[in-house]
Amino acid sequence: MSTESENLESLVNRRYEHGFVTDIETDSLPPGLSEDVIRAISARKNEPPFMLEWRLQAYRQWLEMQEPEWAHVHYPKIDYNEISYFSAPISDEDRPKSLDEVDPKLLETYDKLGIPLHERARLAGVAVDAVFDSVSVATTFKEKLSEAGVIFCSFSEAVQDHPDLVRKYLGTVVPRRDNFFAALNAAVFSDGSFVYIPKGVRCPMELSTYFRINAANTGQFERTLIVADEGSHVSYLEGCTAPMRDENQLHAAVVELVALKDAEIKYSTVQNWYPGDENGVGGIYNFVTKRGDCRGANSKISWTQVETGSAITWKYPSCLLRGDNSVGEFYSVAVANNMQQADTGTKMIHIGRNTSSTIVSKGISAGRAENAYRGLVRVMPRAHGARNHTQCDSLLIGKQCGAHTFPYMEIKNPSARVEHEATTSKISADQLFYCRQRGISEEDAVNMIVNGFCKEVFKELPMEFAVEAQALLNVSLEGAVG
Amino acid sequence: MTMLEINDLKSRIDDTEILRGLSLTVNAGEVHAIMGPNGSGKSTLAQVIAGHEDYEVTSGTVTYNGQDLLELEPEERAREGIFLGFQYPVEIPGVNNAYLLKAAVNAKRKHQGLGEVDAFEFLKLAREKMTTLGMDPKFLNRGVNEGFSGGEKKRNEILQMAMLEPRLAILDETDSGLDIDALKAVAEGVNALRNPERAIILVTHYQRLLDYIRPDYVHVLSQGRIVRSGDKSLALELEERGYDWVSEAANG
Repeated sequence: MSTESENLESLVNRRYEHGFVTDIETDSLPPGLSEDVIRAISARKNEPPFMLEWRLQAYRQWLEMQEPEWAHVHYPKIDYNEISYFSAPISDEDRPKSLDEVDPKLLETYDKLGIPLHERARLAGVAVDAVFDSVSVATTFKEKLSEAGVIFCSFSEAVQDHPDLVRKYLGTVVPRRDNFFAALNAAVFSDGSFVYIPKGVRCPMELSTYFRINAANTGQFERTLIVADEGSHVSYLEGCTAPMRDENQLHAAVVELVALKDAEIKYSTVQNWYPGDENGVGGIYNFVTKRGDCRGANSKISWTQVETGSAITWKYPSCLLRGDNSVGEFYSVAVANNMQQADTGTKMIHIGRNTSSTIVSKGISAGRAENAYRGLVRVMPRAHGARNHTQCDSLLIGKQCGAHTFPYMEIKNPSARVEHEATTSKISADQLFYCRQRGISEEDAVNMIVNGFCKEVFKELPMEFAVEAQALLNVSLEGAVG
Repeated sequence: MTMLEINDLKSRIDDTEILRGLSLTVNAGEVHAIMGPNGSGKSTLAQVIAGHEDYEVTSGTVTYNGQDLLELEPEERAREGIFLGFQYPVEIPGVNNAYLLKAAVNAKRKHQGLGEVDAFEFLKLAREKMTTLGMDPKFLNRGVNEGFSGGEKKRNEILQMAMLEPRLAILDETDSGLDIDALKAVAEGVNALRNPERAIILVTHYQRLLDYIRPDYVHVLSQGRIVRSGDKSLALELEERGYDWVSEAANG
């Protein structure tokens, strides 16, 4: 029925709200990648020799690697020599000591994004390490955290102030040469966040970082390292937005989590980068390597992600379940609308005894978008008593979008118990008419159905994030039907 | 007072004309039964009044409380007090039944310039109505119609109707597939809503429902037109003589 398809195929067309550019002079390196550029980045950041050496080795390895092509995504070839690998607000020399000293234009930017640092940080009890392009400009609540012995700072600061910790853990979860994008990141990463929770400490607040890409044609290469020492606990929130751009922008981040004996890390992401317009022009390429290492016995790592942005998402937050009885979790909502392409999922590698993992993936496709779940559950020969439950649901809005599921299972221990469930459903014209006949607008009806579909994942998010995620989802699906 | 006035209504779906010049007047306080053989246009009439976009209105007028109904979006019609009890209520997995019900009640209240319903009062009222309808309150926390039996779905429609208190309720074959207990419960729910300000249109194939809900008028639909109108006795006559009788009468 033509009216039905017209209805269903037009509910997704609200303009990207965060499309604005902050006019701040930036101190950028000219485009191009070479050993000199890497030396320049390292020198600018005043890094110790071990860091420079690490970067250079990564670069040499990267030169020999091929860009991966196995993902279910399509994009024009990236010219890595047209990207500028460093961009910092010019005021970097004299970094602000407090929020009052922060460039008001920056604060205004965060305001537009709905992150009023003063209020939000104080009222919500969230410490925000805001990353503006490549350099961290404001860190709040540092004192309160340091009382508890928690280290939460930019990666650059960590390299200066805690080089031993950085050296001990950097690259131990995601090795330099892990994959093409991880190697690139290792060579040129400009900043990111560093967290260390000491033994037995329960981090007194949720830690939060907002990433934001601002300068045009600047690849952003964040690196996050979170170490939870024995018996500690931390919940980390990562949220992202980017202004509207016509050129595609590359984002190749690396996140490494280390959970030692009895430690627990909960890592939540809400990703709302510019997805490009309805014709697929512009938008962020998000090629991210995220991996958690349950290194000690009884440790637990939980990934929760809500992905509504980016033109292309290539992302598989994973868990290495090394410690006996360790637990890995992955809860994901991935929305792809218009021309967006998402290839996302997880890897659960069972190595220790009695390890268990849970995967709940909810993919929503609308417009002409392609959404793929790609998941690997591997049970190693010595992983006695491993358990996995995977649930993988797809929701289609309209008739031109696609949902794909690529589950891989490699079971090398006969005692393993592995379950996989998958469903695909559609928001039908009948469902929408039913809701409208009850007085509920079409958009509200879509939101209601989508939120119902996602609620298993939303309940894993910290409260304020769950509300934000729900709002984001509503915005990104606005106009998907109608 | 005239609530609904349908005049020479023609409507088609895809290229098939279904309603071919239907006229009907419904006043506040009245209960009308629309009967007719399969394919005569009964359900189409219900869908057109509710505003289903697959049905194109090619000519004629529909006036509801003095306004041009065909100008309104389906949700606007609902907020103005038109309720359609669906013949096949759709399942909406994952959406909590209570949530949908509350969203519907609030959408209407907002339209009336009222604030949102108090959550506690709402639940209390919903539970009361459910008890009357013989529904387990547990249904509130299930997905909308998800895994409901046919009878449970129909009761759920009546529950929504009771909570929304429509001015014009259209029940599309609400009696089909119901056992006698469910039929009685549904009929009681409908009868409880009868009042001088409200009109009800019952679309039904069988006269059985009319033993429990006594209509003021019975109309027989054939080939997209009302070919006969009368009182309750017309339904009994129909049952005795079959639909061929009216169809022949219509053609002859």
